[in-house]
Amino acid sequence: MAVITISPDQITKRKRKGPKGHAVDLASLADIQTLLGDESRQHDLLIEHLHKIQDKYQHISSKHLVALAHEMNLSPAEVFEVASFYHHFDVIKEGQTPPPELTVRVCESLSCAMAGSNDLIDALENGLNSEQIRVQKVPCVGRCQHAPVAVVGQNPIDEATADTVTTAVNNNDITATVTDYIKHPQYLADNGYQTLKGVLDGSIDKEAIIKKMEDSGLRGLGGAGFPAGRKWRIVSSFDAPRLMAVNIDEGEPGTFKDRHYLESDPHRFLEGMLIAALTVGCEAIYIYLRDEYAGCREILTTELENLRKQFPSDIPPIYLRRGAGAYICGEESAMVESIEGKRGMPRLRPPFLAEVGLFGRPTLEHNMESVYWVRDIIEKGPDWFASYGRHERKGLRSFSISGRVNKPGVHLAPAGITMRELIAEYCDGMQAGHEFYGYFPGGASGGILPESMADIPMDFDTLNEHGCFIGSAAVVVFSNQDSAKELAINAMKFFEEESCGQCTPCRVGTAKAAQLMEEKEWDTDLLEELSSVMVDASICGLGQAAPNPLRCAIKYFPQEITGK
Amino acid sequence: MTVNADTPMINFTLDGEAISAFADESILQVAKRHDKDIPHLCYKEGLRADGNCRACVVEIDGERTLAPSCCRMPTEGMTVQANSKRAVTSQKMVLELLKSDMPKQGESPYKLDSELDQWVKKLNVGEPRFEARNQPAADLSHPAIAVNMDACIQCTRCLRACREEQMNDVIGFANRGSHAEIVFDIADPMAASSCVACGECVQACPTGALMPANNVGLEVVDKTVDSTCPYCGVGCLIKYHVKDDKILYTEGRDGDTNHFRLCVKGRYGFNYIHNPLRLTKPLIRREGIAKTMELLDPNDLDSVFREATWDEALDFAANGLKKIRDEKGKKALAGLGSAKGSNEEAYLFQKLVRTGFGSNNVDHCTRLCHASSVVALLECLGSGAVSNPVEDVKKAEVIIIIGSNPTVNHPVGATFMKNAAKNGTKIILIDPNRTDIAKYASHHLAFRPDTDVALLNGMMHVILDEGLQNDDYIAKHTEDFEFMQAHLKDYSPEKVAPICGIDANTLREVARLYATSNASMILWGMGVSQHIHGTDNSRCLIALALMTGQIGKPGSGLHPLRGQNNVQGASDVGLIPMVYPDYAPVEHFENQAKFEKLWGVALDPKRGLTTVEMIHAILDDEIYGMFVQGENPAMSDPNQNHVREAFVHLEHLVVQDIFLTETAGFADVILPASAFYEKDGTFSNTDRRVQMGRAAVNPPGEAKQDLWILQEIANRLGCGWNYQHPKDVFEEMRQAMPSIAGMTWDRIDTEDSLTYPLENVGDPGEPIIFTDGFPTSSGRGKFVPASYIHADEMPDEEYPLIFITGRQLEHWHTGSMTRHSPTLDAIEPDPVVTIHPEDLQSMGINAGGTITIESRRGKIVAYAREDIGIQKGSMFMAFCYNEASANLITNDALDPSAKIPEFKFCSVKVSQGGEIAKRTN
Repeated sequence: MAVITISPDQITKRKRKGPKGHAVDLASLADIQTLLGDESRQHDLLIEHLHKIQDKYQHISSKHLVALAHEMNLSPAEVFEVASFYHHFDVIKEGQTPPPELTVRVCESLSCAMAGSNDLIDALENGLNSEQIRVQKVPCVGRCQHAPVAVVGQNPIDEATADTVTTAVNNNDITATVTDYIKHPQYLADNGYQTLKGVLDGSIDKEAIIKKMEDSGLRGLGGAGFPAGRKWRIVSSFDAPRLMAVNIDEGEPGTFKDRHYLESDPHRFLEGMLIAALTVGCEAIYIYLRDEYAGCREILTTELENLRKQFPSDIPPIYLRRGAGAYICGEESAMVESIEGKRGMPRLRPPFLAEVGLFGRPTLEHNMESVYWVRDIIEKGPDWFASYGRHERKGLRSFSISGRVNKPGVHLAPAGITMRELIAEYCDGMQAGHEFYGYFPGGASGGILPESMADIPMDFDTLNEHGCFIGSAAVVVFSNQDSAKELAINAMKFFEEESCGQCTPCRVGTAKAAQLMEEKEWDTDLLEELSSVMVDASICGLGQAAPNPLRCAIKYFPQEITGK
Repeated sequence: MTVNADTPMINFTLDGEAISAFADESILQVAKRHDKDIPHLCYKEGLRADGNCRACVVEIDGERTLAPSCCRMPTEGMTVQANSKRAVTSQKMVLELLKSDMPKQGESPYKLDSELDQWVKKLNVGEPRFEARNQPAADLSHPAIAVNMDACIQCTRCLRACREEQMNDVIGFANRGSHAEIVFDIADPMAASSCVACGECVQACPTGALMPANNVGLEVVDKTVDSTCPYCGVGCLIKYHVKDDKILYTEGRDGDTNHFRLCVKGRYGFNYIHNPLRLTKPLIRREGIAKTMELLDPNDLDSVFREATWDEALDFAANGLKKIRDEKGKKALAGLGSAKGSNEEAYLFQKLVRTGFGSNNVDHCTRLCHASSVVALLECLGSGAVSNPVEDVKKAEVIIIIGSNPTVNHPVGATFMKNAAKNGTKIILIDPNRTDIAKYASHHLAFRPDTDVALLNGMMHVILDEGLQNDDYIAKHTEDFEFMQAHLKDYSPEKVAPICGIDANTLREVARLYATSNASMILWGMGVSQHIHGTDNSRCLIALALMTGQIGKPGSGLHPLRGQNNVQGASDVGLIPMVYPDYAPVEHFENQAKFEKLWGVALDPKRGLTTVEMIHAILDDEIYGMFVQGENPAMSDPNQNHVREAFVHLEHLVVQDIFLTETAGFADVILPASAFYEKDGTFSNTDRRVQMGRAAVNPPGEAKQDLWILQEIANRLGCGWNYQHPKDVFEEMRQAMPSIAGMTWDRIDTEDSLTYPLENVGDPGEPIIFTDGFPTSSGRGKFVPASYIHADEMPDEEYPLIFITGRQLEHWHTGSMTRHSPTLDAIEPDPVVTIHPEDLQSMGINAGGTITIESRRGKIVAYAREDIGIQKGSMFMAFCYNEASANLITNDALDPSAKIPEFKFCSVKVSQGGEIAKRTN
């Protein structure tokens, strides 16, 4: 067990030189002051400011970190603990080598793993010059329908091969792709923002809006499934000032619907968001966008500007905040912590965000897609939404489907549709050479079901009795060429990597579970005992759901686990 | 809290039993109160509950998941189960998971009976069924604290202790998931980090991952002793763990002054008493060995001094003093008593000088400290002590901290100021340098050194100009306001701005904040007092409080932060040339009569000499003999070349101390005395609390109790004393001092801490005074206007830079204690002077290199330490290093009223390089 050594001589020299800890380097301080300009130094902007440093220098040196701390009136520990939490910040201490300027991020989550990410990673690690290019294994980047995916700088290479990646590297093709989407003029031409205007001038009654939302039966589409209308009513019952936070941290392996809508019709989302904020009475809106969606960031930056030009004074201020590589920030309270410039650690509930949320204020928190449908629900009426559905379920779901199907992608389908129906009607069947074997109905956290249970209606509440849930409707389909056990291990390792580390059952539980699952023979009794504690005692959904794939693998794929 | 039928209780059931909670109690706390043990690790009383370990989870009817009982408040009718199978399964699994990552998956190797081990035993958690993690490396870099993160359970108690209690902001929770770890700064080894070793984290850690160094936590101690701290005026209560007559380690106690908190000195700096350099035998200067200006190296002790018996040494000491008294007159003797000794010792010392020597030539280091503050307070308010205790900062809306660096000099007091700031209290920091507490200040006025009067008059001008004064209060409780009003006309913010370097708008803003808040408090230190206009500086602070009525109520008032652990007490018991105990002026006939009656001896009707005046008097052949007890003027007085010259010249010097201090090197006889931890006595902290100090260990060798030595000397001078125990002395003090007349030794012994005034037996004691007028002859507080003057020695072409002296966290004053503590000395081993990096650049000096500093009076060499918080054109240095004695440089110009020297401002020139002198302690 190595001891951290710092020689007494080194220490003595340091003490003669400067005060305890790190002295502020004046040149670095000047760098930071220039970089920040006259932007506010308030603490909630810490992550934004760290991004500035990372973007410019491709890493955050300890000198810059200390200077930033000084400039923001924080201690180095306060800045370092935040910077080190997020995967996209490379804190480099003195004596350490900064990473190369270019990083290639290769996704290794479920669909990409099935599509050969391991081989791709090997090929790239062997083929690219490690002094100039860093190859990083990363969790789901939200492009599962194009698996395997490698992101060169900010440029996603879909259906990546070692060749296509290397070509992009050599051509320095590192910028984000901005897709063709419905621009502001076209949106307006198509009756866009009429409903918002109605809310602004009072011609559309707010109570009526809330009622429509309630009657539509729309539930949160990020995964928690809380009835949207009821949420609006609850938040508006608390005292002003109230805030709104929109969750586009879309990080669940298998999910990419939010990106799809942002890259096709962003204003529909923005209009719904503003209608929600005005109806509930929120004085500011914070949009939290995962950092992996660089293309979406460009779209939103541009379109928010257009929006502000259209409504210079009537709408609440809208702040766009970047995530920094942490799946847990998709959890609503962790997201709020991140917007406050802190580590993304979920809060204890009660109190709930509706009552005590962002900056301690009552907060309306929504997944992006939930507010995407607001305009339609108001204009077409709640019955329109409720009129969809199959097998006695109601509403529409945007299913992100990936894996061994012929047509992966976002498929808008009736809630309640079964997996078998989805594959047949929307995905054009299984790929050649692949027999349907099993599926993840709700991302890595929603559990795993076998082909024999592919006739269960997929909706909120319907899968719970089977130890699964639909979550964000992130569906990953696998075949007889795949191993449910391996996929379950992939999922658990993902949770181990993404755990915030706050509570024992999750921090230690995911690590121990992953260790046990790597054994040739699973100690299923111990794994079950551990799973029940993780479900019962973890602070948040990550720890509570992490055992789902594991338990499902044991229950539904015993032939792989116990050989029976 | 008294519970009656009207107290709102919340009724619920716990494990089938009906149980009631107070409104703000968590389930865990209620359970504890009913002696039900729910396992818990990350919860610690006094810290904010965090709910992360999940060992305390319970089942609540109707809830999907288990709830952390440390963080959940019960609601009416709730059904809670802590003992259900589901709850216990999770509690046990949590413990098992944590245990699986402990070193060897077993009991803590760093601490006996750790909290984790206790719960594992209680819940019968067996051998872990999980593989261990990769263990992090040990960090044993710090002299005081051992960091063994292989025993860390990520409960973050240390983080909350550091960030929320002490608010030193060193500890972070870095990385994520199973890589999440406790770090210092940017994951630095502790010794290289900004950690101040307050030890709050060590005290908080439940597993021994953070422990005092050298495995002391594995030793079984013989006894514990409840006492206080010998260092600063905060007066923390400490528990000493003793084994084999040595103090092994300490623990913070729940005193009103500290609430379990300590600083590095109190917590780890006790081991100076076990340094082999302790004086253990009486010593007499060898015949024919002359005194020189050179400081005596302990290694050369034997060539200058010889050992003697107590009788021989006491006779030699007393006879030398007696001879001078009888041949040259009573005023030819002087005594310097100790602000570190007990009240009983200080009382006897001044009695010895007044009745044994026969003059009022008695003083102590308050002369160098708050003398000017006390003079101003006595003059204006009739009382020289604080009006409100430090803990009142939590009730203040606005705090002015001026000329004080509390995180360095009153660290635990500073933690309460920081806590208050976090809670919304505004701190206005007035200090030329950006000190650590600036982080929590809403305003930092980095004004030009020496311009306090201009700045404060400017603020008062604004208050009057905008009608923000409290007319009611002024009319009812003050006098001479008209003079102040007229005087302030000349001090508009526009006029003072260029003088003090703070723009008019800021002056207006802070003046308004101070005047209009519901409770504003002023705390100050040496930056205010150690000037030739120190008394004026304090007069301004007092005027600020009087004109706004910000005094006499909670969260307000005037608090000169007292430095030494017993400087308040030493002053109270009359270790001062101008006053008897309780500040009764010696030159008032009634006072002289009272004490002549009490002591049965005729007394000198004239006031005596102060410290610096004594030095001049020696060289003027007016003083021939001195008795110095627990003081070190050959390091602490200004203009050391002059001081040491005087000590060489002095005919007979008796020194009573625990080490061969710089002063002892000039002695004719040295009497080895008792350290703080070796005596019983009362000590008065900055808040006017009289607290009990208790002996934990015995003095080494033949060293004796100070009280015994004083009595032996006194009786050889014909005093005829017979005090058997400090309690006897205290009884006499009660008769001499109305302020403590109601206190009894026994009551202090029982309650540990009593606040004066406590005039009648049974009184509770008064933390807040001046609630209805002042103890002046008119009953009113007086406005005394102050005009701006500059320092005695301003920078000029030859000596262009400002030299400011003060202290450091780890070293106390002249270093006589702390440089003998291996722990503290290892943390700060070298003499440094701090300078702004840009100034260093223009001086052509590299940080870490040596620098020569010279004034008209002397020259030293130290290491140049860069610090971006130091005001350009100035530098700061502590006076604790005898190899680079800052007082060789300082100016002995005195404030005319208080006779305090101008330590905080003189002019110097610097040059690159030089050799550091040899250290002689």
